[in-house]
Amino acid sequence: MRKVLLATYLGSAAALAVGSASANDELIKMSQNPKDWVMPAGDYANTRYSKLNQINAQNVGKLQVAWTFSTGVLRGHEGGPLIIGNVMYVHTPFPNKVYALDLSNENKIIWKYEPKQDPNVIPVMCCDTVNRGLSYGDGKIILHQADTTLVALDAKTGQVAWSATNGNPAKGETGTSAALVVKDKVLVGISGGEFGVQCHVTAYDLKSGKQVWRAFSEGPDDQIKLDPVKTTALGKPVGADSSLKTWQGDQWKIGGGCTWGWMSFDPALNMVYYGSGNPSTWNPKQRPGDNKWSMTIFARDADTGMAKWVYQMTPHDEWDYDGVNEMILTDQQINGQPRKLLTHFDRNGLAYTMDRENGELLVAEKYDPKVNWTSGVDMNKSSPTYGRPKVLDAASTDKAGEDHNVKGICPAALGTKDEQPAAYSPDTQLFYVPTNHVCMDYEPFKVSYTAGQPYVGATLSMYPPQGESHMGNFIAWDGKTGKIVWSNKEQFSVWSGALATAGGVVFYGTLEGYLKAVDAKSGKELYKFKTPSGIIGNVTTYENNGKQYVAVLSGVGGWAGIGLAAGLTDPTAGLGAVGGYAALSNYTALGGTLTVFSLPN
Amino acid sequence: MRKICSVIAVMIFVASGGVAVADGPGDPTAVKKEDDGKWLDKEGNPTYKISADGTVDWFTYSGYRRYHSDCHVCHGPDGMGSTYAPALKDSVKSMSYGDFIGVIASGRKNISTAQENVMPAFGDNPNVACYMDDLYVYLRARSTEAWGRQRPSKKEEKPEAYTKAEDACMGKK
Repeated sequence: MRKVLLATYLGSAAALAVGSASANDELIKMSQNPKDWVMPAGDYANTRYSKLNQINAQNVGKLQVAWTFSTGVLRGHEGGPLIIGNVMYVHTPFPNKVYALDLSNENKIIWKYEPKQDPNVIPVMCCDTVNRGLSYGDGKIILHQADTTLVALDAKTGQVAWSATNGNPAKGETGTSAALVVKDKVLVGISGGEFGVQCHVTAYDLKSGKQVWRAFSEGPDDQIKLDPVKTTALGKPVGADSSLKTWQGDQWKIGGGCTWGWMSFDPALNMVYYGSGNPSTWNPKQRPGDNKWSMTIFARDADTGMAKWVYQMTPHDEWDYDGVNEMILTDQQINGQPRKLLTHFDRNGLAYTMDRENGELLVAEKYDPKVNWTSGVDMNKSSPTYGRPKVLDAASTDKAGEDHNVKGICPAALGTKDEQPAAYSPDTQLFYVPTNHVCMDYEPFKVSYTAGQPYVGATLSMYPPQGESHMGNFIAWDGKTGKIVWSNKEQFSVWSGALATAGGVVFYGTLEGYLKAVDAKSGKELYKFKTPSGIIGNVTTYENNGKQYVAVLSGVGGWAGIGLAAGLTDPTAGLGAVGGYAALSNYTALGGTLTVFSLPN
Repeated sequence: MRKICSVIAVMIFVASGGVAVADGPGDPTAVKKEDDGKWLDKEGNPTYKISADGTVDWFTYSGYRRYHSDCHVCHGPDGMGSTYAPALKDSVKSMSYGDFIGVIASGRKNISTAQENVMPAFGDNPNVACYMDDLYVYLRARSTEAWGRQRPSKKEEKPEAYTKAEDACMGKK
């Protein structure tokens, strides 16, 4: 009798567990299947690593184009497709089309979704009408449209299951980021840092689309979901009004801190991780204080949104170094101790390795030797400025003041790296990082705020570091020690997300349009192919019918398309010297295309 | 305030006449200087004045700064254009001064089956609306290559009358 009862009890407990966490379990399982690519970064840890190894360092040189697909859209194509079983889901920039392609039947279009959106949203998107891709959960494809509509489409039919409004484009709020499905919720950020938006991350119910919680980047404690006692910054409680105290008056209401980057999730710790962007305006004189929690790494409870810890990388930003870049979660040993780590390559040119459980800062080092706005982060735990970067006077636009042009600041506003995500290979324990190698002059001046209008407040010009002619590097980075292992020069900024594979090959795209494969250990170039347009998309791999494929969206644009289409300002032009770099428009033109590669039969 | 009034006047003109592809702005030679430091051509339209030693008039300098704050994020550095917005150094060659001001104030849409280009209306944004002449003068200098792809290093001082008008327009005390 006892045995029967026990069996019944266990059975119902198992049923309960499946019922409460099914979407989560389903996604974790799916993300472990290397044949699929089920979330924007491939896995919750944002490693962009695939166990597939059919394509390897020995044979990648024989790679060839298997098939291509035109998206029919000309603007900048960021992100990459999802692959689930025999179906590939491809997204586009505005008007945000979604195609479901049948990989088992000549890549035919199964369904197509194209929302009707007011084109007036186009000019309130800061830097081109990009979209960073789709997410999947519970049989639905989730799209975050330019007009901030979050829509769930039936993965089989493309029919709208539900839609939610995440923001108001009339106030400059727009949607560019990919959502992340975590358990029974869809988490999504918002864009608008150049329009004075009070940005946030919001959780919606995966089944119904109803809003569950919203956590702002700046404001009162209840709005930012920080507990004065339980939420910590570098091991200490943040205290009451930790954000409000760092803004003048009501400025936090138009404070920016936008959340348009990638999110990651640790199922074991039940925590989500993401970064916040620049404080508005770009004129630091106009917003005295640390402007918390802009430029911050947030670690939040996945269910409630409450922050467990925060770390502000660039207090009182003076250069537009958004902190939105991805958080890559790895388990590695530091000083012989196994640690749960978070590694983040910030726009400010510093790469941070932290303990993702408690927010302890372990490593903060420059990942481009040209970074010159700071002498580094104070790592002395007993120092009053522990964890703060030391700002050098020569690069301080705040110190120089309004209407003063500060020259030769590295990196430029687009950062040593922007949204283009890095990859991590557990085989080599190295990070593969696409970077910008660009410096700038920056002159802040006074601006006034008008809802829905640009709120910038600085003039800038960008150029490669003095004496150099290349504007990008693709590097391998050791996050445990904070050192560059190898570095490949690229003529233009590398604005494409990397892919690491068990085949010992790392892939990335270039602004000229090359898909490149390099040796994971040495960085040696093994293969390149010029796709129809410049690549600002992320490289993806999947397996179908026993064959490994590598896919990438080309279609130049984004912020890279602004500065680089015309060529950056040549500081030597006035002196009559010949610049070593020509405009990107001499290499490539617009047009969205998916190119898929495989080995010959 | 004066500038905002003139913007409204131009907007009415544009609304009635429509934005047509007009003739270029004509001879850019500066013939007359106003109290606020603005040079005018013989038609009475704003223009640049650049000395042999490279000293630029205040409006060219101010236009450079304003352009690289609010315009360059779409139209690219130095008026050169981007992957999704036209090169304004070329656009101003085939636009009249009135059309230029009208497009900034009320925006324009260029929507075809292949592309959707939308220029927002900046008439309500003092960061742009108060500096339309500055932008025009700078871009006019770029259109003739009278000024190149660099920041002006030598400039005329900011005239007092300009500061007064700017403060009034920006709503400062």
